[in-house]
Amino acid sequence: MAAIIRVEGITKKFHDFTAVDHVSFEVEKGEIFAFLGPNGAGKTTTIKMLTTLLHPTSGTIEINGHNPVTEQNEVRKSFGIVFQDPSVDDELMAWENMEIHGILYGVPKKLRRERIDQLLEIVELTDRRRNLLKEFSGGMKRRLEIARGLLHHPKILFLDEPTIGLDPQTRNHLWAYVEKLNKEEGITVFLTTHYMEEADRVADTIAVIDHGKIIERGTSQTLKERTKTENLEAAFLALTGHAIREEQVSGIDHLRMRHRLWHR
Amino acid sequence: MDILYILWLRQIKRYLRSRARLIGSLGQPLLFLFAFGFGFGPLYAKAGGGNYMQFLAPGVICMAILFTSVFMGIEIIWDRQFGFLKETLVAPVSRMQIMLGRTLGGATVATLQGVIVFLIALLAGFRPEHWYSAALALPVMFLIALLFTAFGTGIASVMSDFHGFQLVMNFLVMPLFFLSGALFPLNDLSPALATLVRIDPLTYGVDALRGAFLDTAHLGMGLDFSVLSLITVLCLVVGSHLFSKIEV
Repeated sequence: MAAIIRVEGITKKFHDFTAVDHVSFEVEKGEIFAFLGPNGAGKTTTIKMLTTLLHPTSGTIEINGHNPVTEQNEVRKSFGIVFQDPSVDDELMAWENMEIHGILYGVPKKLRRERIDQLLEIVELTDRRRNLLKEFSGGMKRRLEIARGLLHHPKILFLDEPTIGLDPQTRNHLWAYVEKLNKEEGITVFLTTHYMEEADRVADTIAVIDHGKIIERGTSQTLKERTKTENLEAAFLALTGHAIREEQVSGIDHLRMRHRLWHR
Repeated sequence: MDILYILWLRQIKRYLRSRARLIGSLGQPLLFLFAFGFGFGPLYAKAGGGNYMQFLAPGVICMAILFTSVFMGIEIIWDRQFGFLKETLVAPVSRMQIMLGRTLGGATVATLQGVIVFLIALLAGFRPEHWYSAALALPVMFLIALLFTAFGTGIASVMSDFHGFQLVMNFLVMPLFFLSGALFPLNDLSPALATLVRIDPLTYGVDALRGAFLDTAHLGMGLDFSVLSLITVLCLVVGSHLFSKIEV
């Protein structure tokens, strides 16, 4: 199988703070790949570099055969993204948000209309197409964002913590869609999460990331075997030396947080 | 072209759908028109200035355009806060197109707002010199709108949140309005004030609009148009440069 995402030794520094530290990995075409790590581990920074929003300080990235620094438009056409925070226009209707996206990505009118109908059907929002998005719940917005991200037939779908703030039922639903899309459309999915059970459930490959470094990667099964643990939670503890959601925040974490706030 | 159109259309749709904002933004021009217009009218006539409503109306139209267009530009901060900006910035289109599309949309909205205030001024007794003055007034209004939307966009591109908004209103927008000659004639000003007035780009907008409606351009239409066009281009260039530097 061929790799659709190739990352070699990327580092991202913000002043003297290293958010991502010599990270290398490959994502195979058609797989669901999860970045698992606590908040502040460097997950979002990595996604931003993969999706052209940030340039790496050093190292190389290849997305669908293109370089996100020098071939921005080719790279942008090849992925869809659902950001950590909502990125829809609340004052427009569902179909209008889709329509704008389609035009920005140069999808021809006839195909655009067909695809919008089809995708709204998949995410079960067909009867809400003429509703303003401010009338939507968080979960409905997420679903619309996924549909929107798929409108231009991307090869890769990036999902940055897509289930944050959603109730368990909606989360379940959302992953069911993602798995379905992955199977039916053959889309490669790159997701980040700090929920063990989600990575365990949907991902073919999991990369454990902490303090800007990839600690280990493999299937959920191999991670457990290698660390001789029963579940992913224990495996994470064995790999990083701390639980993913620690009650006590270390001094270093405080410094990191302060740094982030000051240098945004 | 499609991209400019859809981003333009987005601004128009948002404007037409939010009645509260539409009506709210007419409050201030209305107050100026009626309280100032009728309040200072007798005094102005006694001083030999003629009909104050005739003099004031173009100024208040400019004020409506100024406030709306700066606001339309600054709205990028909203898009940033609510995330829609990211959707456009990660799309395979140039930042220049995004900036231009939304600036044209914002300028169109501000021009519409100016037209509404013009219609209200007609009710208050304002009478343009010729029926065809509107043909000349409209491009003037659009030029002013374009200038200040681009200006607002530039400012919003370097602001990360709303905290600076009040600062911009009080130290940039208000002085631009009060020093523009919208409320007072430009003759016999003290040298200090005259200099400030001549630096203010809106002065040329107000003057051009008076020229269009009443043939009473104090500085001359040629100069007004040149200055307005030049500063509009400057604001568009600087604005899109600052916009291209936004990081999300």
